[in-house]
Amino acid sequence: MAEPLMQIQGLESGYGEIQVLWGIDLEVHEQELVSLIGSNGAGKTTLLKTISGLVPPTNGSVLIDGEEYAGRRPDQMLTAGVAQVPEGRRLFRTMSVRDNLLMGAYMRPQNDPGIREDYERVMAMFPRLAERARQDAGTLSGGEQQMCAIGRGIMGRPRLLMIDELSLGLAPRAVEMLIESLLELNRAGVAILLVEQDVATALDLAHRAYVVDRGRIAMSGTARELADAPEVREAYMGI
Amino acid sequence: MNKKAVVSVAVVVAIIAALPVLGDNYLMRLGTMFGMYATLALSWNIIGGYAGYPSFATAAFFGLGAYTGALLQGAGVPMPLAWVAACASAALFAALLGLAILHLKGHYFAIASLIVGEVLVEVATSWRSLTGGGMGLNLPVLRMGVEAQSRLFFWSMYTLGVLALLMNWLVARSRLGFGLNCIRQNEDASAMVGINTKRYKVMAFTCSAVLVGGAGAMYASWVYYIEPPDVFDVLTSVKPIVMALLGGAGTVLGPAIGAGVFLVMEEVVWRNFLDVHSAILGILIVALIFLLPNGLLGLAIRRRKAAIVARLPTLAKRRKA
Repeated sequence: MAEPLMQIQGLESGYGEIQVLWGIDLEVHEQELVSLIGSNGAGKTTLLKTISGLVPPTNGSVLIDGEEYAGRRPDQMLTAGVAQVPEGRRLFRTMSVRDNLLMGAYMRPQNDPGIREDYERVMAMFPRLAERARQDAGTLSGGEQQMCAIGRGIMGRPRLLMIDELSLGLAPRAVEMLIESLLELNRAGVAILLVEQDVATALDLAHRAYVVDRGRIAMSGTARELADAPEVREAYMGI
Repeated sequence: MNKKAVVSVAVVVAIIAALPVLGDNYLMRLGTMFGMYATLALSWNIIGGYAGYPSFATAAFFGLGAYTGALLQGAGVPMPLAWVAACASAALFAALLGLAILHLKGHYFAIASLIVGEVLVEVATSWRSLTGGGMGLNLPVLRMGVEAQSRLFFWSMYTLGVLALLMNWLVARSRLGFGLNCIRQNEDASAMVGINTKRYKVMAFTCSAVLVGGAGAMYASWVYYIEPPDVFDVLTSVKPIVMALLGGAGTVLGPAIGAGVFLVMEEVVWRNFLDVHSAILGILIVALIFLLPNGLLGLAIRRRKAAIVARLPTLAKRRKA
């Protein structure tokens, strides 16, 4: 198999005295859709934050195209092609939807004609955002905010988009729409690392998945394998 | 800011600069205080207004500048050079301090920045061999007439205030100002889109200190004598925040307007209610901040928007016709 886009080995991190990740091994290949599942407090969000550089790792390595990126700043990760859509969406509330999306292209040269292209692409992907482009982001509904956050991630033209809690607090209809868009994005060649609390959905979408438990990888495999595994069905799907 | 606004600001700045023509000593003192207050409030605005970090470190920068200036002048360094050195020392101190405490947020940052001034008071009080301890420091007396002196200090302090205004204008227009604005709205999101939040915050904190250090040194030269509780007074941290909020935090002109209004209020209340002046001033401030959540400038902008909205139906009609 080709060299993975991102390869993580023995990654450890935490907050101050409290260690959360205890040696995570994980890889994402080009154009792959990988899901992370696990209960609350398992360390999924911390893992994404450690990869994107918001939380400094205490040990381990994060290789992007074989180059070491552990401990780099978020702007350096973005330049390497790794963007994050944070949990709770985190928009710039008093900026318009359009400006929020353009913020996603902050690291790109301002005269890059690709920014305009990507903006049109996001607008085509989420027509609801196009209708509300001039509205303040703070006035959007939950689903629209998530679209805006994902759109902002896309505007950085990442090779790997990490999405934290895609469906949290959203109406089922909105979730369906978002999933369609993600699959489309993935087909267009963007690798996705998805944290999703709805395990059935997460496994339905993904090529491969990892089960995170108490800061370690408890299981991994193709989405099919995990969906059939009795441990997963019992612990996370209530079957 | 449009051209008209820039011109009117320039005119007001020029008119105030001509204050010495009146030759009134009391007015000159007020003018000097205004320059100082405007410098402090506009400086605080960079970290507190744009970046949204409630800094209480103004007194620390002010006192540090005052002592740097006083010690250098005592060692025979010419006054203007001592002022420049005070700016540099405050800026350097702020950069290092910022690296240490700017990862704290909200109340935690406020408390940490407040403590710094208190620590410096202790240092200045106990390091007797250098600072004279609680006895304070005397500065060399200038060999010039009283009126020439008051003119010199007015113009110096006023120039500093104008520099602070220019700094605000430049920051607001720059990539730094844009980044700070984003950080205030959502720091995590800012980091995620690639804004180097740490660097920007340290830069903002340094900007908020550099001219305050100079103001401290000018103040020391102006009053000839400094002591720790005077130049590290916690009110030096609090007043600029009140002024900025009063005028409109996060705007270029707001803190300068707030400084002027605050100064007038302080003088009026102080003269008429000598016994209870701080109580009355406090109540006034609380009332004003309650009634003007976005400051005086915010009120003006709201008025103008309301006027436009009120005209909307007529505009629509006109378009139809």
